[in-house]
Amino acid sequence: MLDPSFIVAQLPAVLGAAAVTAWIWAASAILGVAGGVGIALARRFGPRPVDLALKFSIEMVRGSPFLVQLFLLYYGGPYVGLSLDPVPAGLLALTVYGAAYYSEIIRGGFAAVPPGHVEAAACLGFTHAQTLLRVEIPEVAAVVLPALVNMTILLLKETAVLSVITVPELTMAISAIGSESYRFVEALFLLALFYWGLVEGCGVLGRFAEARLARFGVAAP
Amino acid sequence: MTTAAATVGAALSVRGLVKRFGDHEVLSGIDLDVPAGAVTCLVGPSGSGKSTLLRCMAFLEEASAGTVLVGGEPLGFVDTPEGRRRLPAARIRAVRSGIGMVFQQFNLWPHMTALGNVAAALRVVRRLERAEAEARAMAQLRTVGLEGRAGHYPSQLSGGQQQRVAIARALALEPRLMLFDEPTSSLDPELTGEVLNVMRRLAADGMTMVVVSHEIGFAASVGQQVAFLDGGRILLRGTPQEVFRKPRHPRLDQFLDTYLDRGAAMLV
Ligand SMILES: Nc1ncnc2c1ncn2[C@@H]1O[C@H](COP(=O)(O)OP(=O)(O)OP(=O)(O)O)[C@@H](O)[C@H]1O
Ligand SMILES: [Mg+2]
Repeated sequence: MLDPSFIVAQLPAVLGAAAVTAWIWAASAILGVAGGVGIALARRFGPRPVDLALKFSIEMVRGSPFLVQLFLLYYGGPYVGLSLDPVPAGLLALTVYGAAYYSEIIRGGFAAVPPGHVEAAACLGFTHAQTLLRVEIPEVAAVVLPALVNMTILLLKETAVLSVITVPELTMAISAIGSESYRFVEALFLLALFYWGLVEGCGVLGRFAEARLARFGVAAP
Repeated sequence: MTTAAATVGAALSVRGLVKRFGDHEVLSGIDLDVPAGAVTCLVGPSGSGKSTLLRCMAFLEEASAGTVLVGGEPLGFVDTPEGRRRLPAARIRAVRSGIGMVFQQFNLWPHMTALGNVAAALRVVRRLERAEAEARAMAQLRTVGLEGRAGHYPSQLSGGQQQRVAIARALALEPRLMLFDEPTSSLDPELTGEVLNVMRRLAADGMTMVVVSHEIGFAASVGQQVAFLDGGRILLRGTPQEVFRKPRHPRLDQFLDTYLDRGAAMLV
């Protein structure tokens, strides 16, 4: 049987770990989206070698498990002079992982802008930068938003992997409680509850943004 | 290559225009003058190069050879003794903002209202204050009869209304020349009338227009000049009476046969 009083007793300790998960998640999502936008723009406007190098790197990231990338950075980093503490290492790995996926989503968004929308701006004398800012980016934002929200939720699930390099986040804190008290069921129940709460919060934000964009009738179905 | 001098007073002149996509030559030496204050219609079978010619006039396609002059100013490239030289982007933008382009697919920006679409260039290119830009945009919407739809997004407008907003948007910077690429082809038949009426009114107000259209009736009644393209060349050019008069060129006859159901009957 689930013991509610045990769950309540653990709450204060777990809240601290939840805060760690939440901030690492939010930071890696924000930095990841920023990196994704940067990568997408560099691939679009940069010289061809840059495009190819980024394409190769993205395929490497997307083609391997996050756990492997995290180990490579944390344990392999010192061999190339990159010794990071668990939290910065985890944040960096998660940001790179997120940026790779986000950049592909954003690139797809740019491809979905009809060329005629860009031509209409060019005919009116918009510069490339003005067209990007006033026409392309708003259209891309509306089209990619649902996919970005999805990816951000996947990113939350990957934060659990950071426990293997001893980042004091939710999964690590709760498995510690579980193995000390042998109350694994309660601990896992608590864990699921917290992740569910975080995902719901993200979903609410996403739906709010989508509702605002839906006014234009450009949000993806 | 020798090219004839551009006609004085032409709003737009095309000289020796050649356009290739890879080794497929789509336009093979086009010479055309667009007289100021008149409507020039480009007609011809599908694939004859009408859209490509119009897009070259707006520098949406770069010609492989030849020149486009807008009000005497070269657009995109100049011929120098050392060969063809590309003009700086700012020069290209300046010449372009004297041209309004209307597309078959409207190409309104979906994240802006009708008013926003029309006001955008006034804000971004002309750098007017919002209130001033919106007042002028509203005046343009009034000329196409859509001041009541100013707050609507494109997705909330019919095709005909979207195209009229697109015309207002193209007029926002007060261009001297308007280019239309099949402006009614993606509209339901009952919606083409409202767009053609706006165009007729523009023509009556003395706007210089180049219109690619399958509406032969419109070309014959509104156009002062008609050019019939076939296989990347201008096969016939003149007033509608001259071009459509019998006996007709066999290629034109063949082309018209396909469109006789679309208002061309009045010509026969
Ligand atoms: N971007 C492009 N790349 C390669 N070929 C092209 C391109 N644009 C046009 N063409 C080719 O150029 C030719 C002329 O095309 P264009 O669109 O100018 O014809 P059109 O007279 O406007 O025809 P329609 O009446 O069907 O619109 C066609 O054979 C077309 O396939
Ligand atoms: Mg065409």
